[in-house]
Amino acid sequence: MFRWLQNYPHFLEIVYDLLEVSLHPLKRWFKPGSHSEPFIIAIEKLGKETVFGCQMCGQCILHSTGMTCPMNCPKQLRNGPCGGVRENGHCEVKPEMKCVWVEAYQRSLKMPKYGYQFASLQPPVNNQLKGTSSWINMFHGIDTDLPPGWTNTKDIPVKWVKEDFYANGD
Amino acid sequence: MPMETKVPCSRLESVLREGHFAVTAELNPPDSADPEDVYKAAGILANVCDGINAVDASGANCHISSVAICALLTRAGYEPVYQVTCRDRNRIAIQGDILGAAAMGVPNMLCLTGDDVTAGDQPEAKRVFDFDSIQLLRTARTMRDEATFLSGRKITSPPCFFLGAAANPFVPPYDWRPQRLAKKIAAGAQFIQTQYCFDLPRFKEYMTQVRDLGLDKQAFILAGVGPLKSAGAAEFMRTKVPGVVIPDQYVDRLKKTPKEKQQEEGKKICIELIEQIREIDGVAGIHIMAYRQEELVAEIVEQAGLMPRPTSNDQNKE
Ligand code: SF4
Repeated sequence: MFRWLQNYPHFLEIVYDLLEVSLHPLKRWFKPGSHSEPFIIAIEKLGKETVFGCQMCGQCILHSTGMTCPMNCPKQLRNGPCGGVRENGHCEVKPEMKCVWVEAYQRSLKMPKYGYQFASLQPPVNNQLKGTSSWINMFHGIDTDLPPGWTNTKDIPVKWVKEDFYANGD
Repeated sequence: MPMETKVPCSRLESVLREGHFAVTAELNPPDSADPEDVYKAAGILANVCDGINAVDASGANCHISSVAICALLTRAGYEPVYQVTCRDRNRIAIQGDILGAAAMGVPNMLCLTGDDVTAGDQPEAKRVFDFDSIQLLRTARTMRDEATFLSGRKITSPPCFFLGAAANPFVPPYDWRPQRLAKKIAAGAQFIQTQYCFDLPRFKEYMTQVRDLGLDKQAFILAGVGPLKSAGAAEFMRTKVPGVVIPDQYVDRLKKTPKEKQQEEGKKICIELIEQIREIDGVAGIHIMAYRQEELVAEIVEQAGLMPRPTSNDQNKE
């Protein structure tokens, strides 16, 4: 119903920032296993499902993926499109659906602040977090608690993104 | 130069590092439990290429497993490229298989996402995709370079692999495809095998961007090619096989050729393409996928002027 909102990634990026700031004072209620957890999950689910078709993976990376939920990709890829995308930009698995990653890419080009993060290396999904609140997980660093063997990819240079790549995009 | 493997064990890697124009070819995986069938399929490729790719249930159709093919090939002194997809196995199984393959002497590994289960003859199967190809690459690299599993647990004797990835420059989002390649290289890819290159103008454009990003210096890029068996086969491939793009000009050319000469024409097209691909800067070799026409590979390599190969794949022969 509100899926059209996704075509305004620029606006959603601002909402994302505002949400993060405004939720911060409420941090003490955002605790895993607390009484408020079911309500937080319900609110998060309601909001993100209507707009993004959120699958509640519990480790949200929407701002790195053009405000497009990668868990809607039938292969649930987290690092960009597979090689099976059809020539018309539709999905290999569901021919009637536009490839999630083609949309994600196009939208990321319209995001001045977080667009560049489209290039970052995303770690494997932590399947234990499915169904939990990514907001709670974010406040407690649960979503960035990576397996020790996933060596810090932050030190991988992201220089392959040409500086003007996102600025001139579209 | 692409990052060097600490303990090089791959002949394919040496061929590339020495600056030869490399040739790899895909083996037709038998539906059989008889090792002789694997050796037969490998025999026709062995002396005309520097690496033999063992597919991991390509197109989601099951055949003898890629790890088993590779194990058999290493016993006979061949140089296999072990293909691993994320479709059928979770991270636990994949990491175990990586060690297993290395223990059996497999020197090369190609990390793929994998065609979806719906592409094959058992579309009702459960799809796994616990990793994506980039996470798989990164994990394989960690196992090799840091000697640990993803969990951080130590590996007493780490595998030594020449790590590869696939690239498909021919499908959207076109202008991001070179960036995806960069990402794969950052994750650990040292060589790249591409999807079938029929759309040469697109490939040239892609390679220009790749060179601009300096990626051809960071990984060896092998362009995918293959003979089209007939006009019908070409039509089938471009409509039914995920990710394959064949421009009308080639399909029309085959349609205009009498039926019994179409296979010959398909081979000719393939050789022409190889010749043109060789001219492109930054291409380090070709990867021949002659699905069910493996007997043509020798002729193609010969007629494209790529013989003799720098290392015979068959060590037993001089
Ligand atoms: S075509 Fe796009 S949406 Fe479909 S499986 Fe591949 S990456 Fe996912």
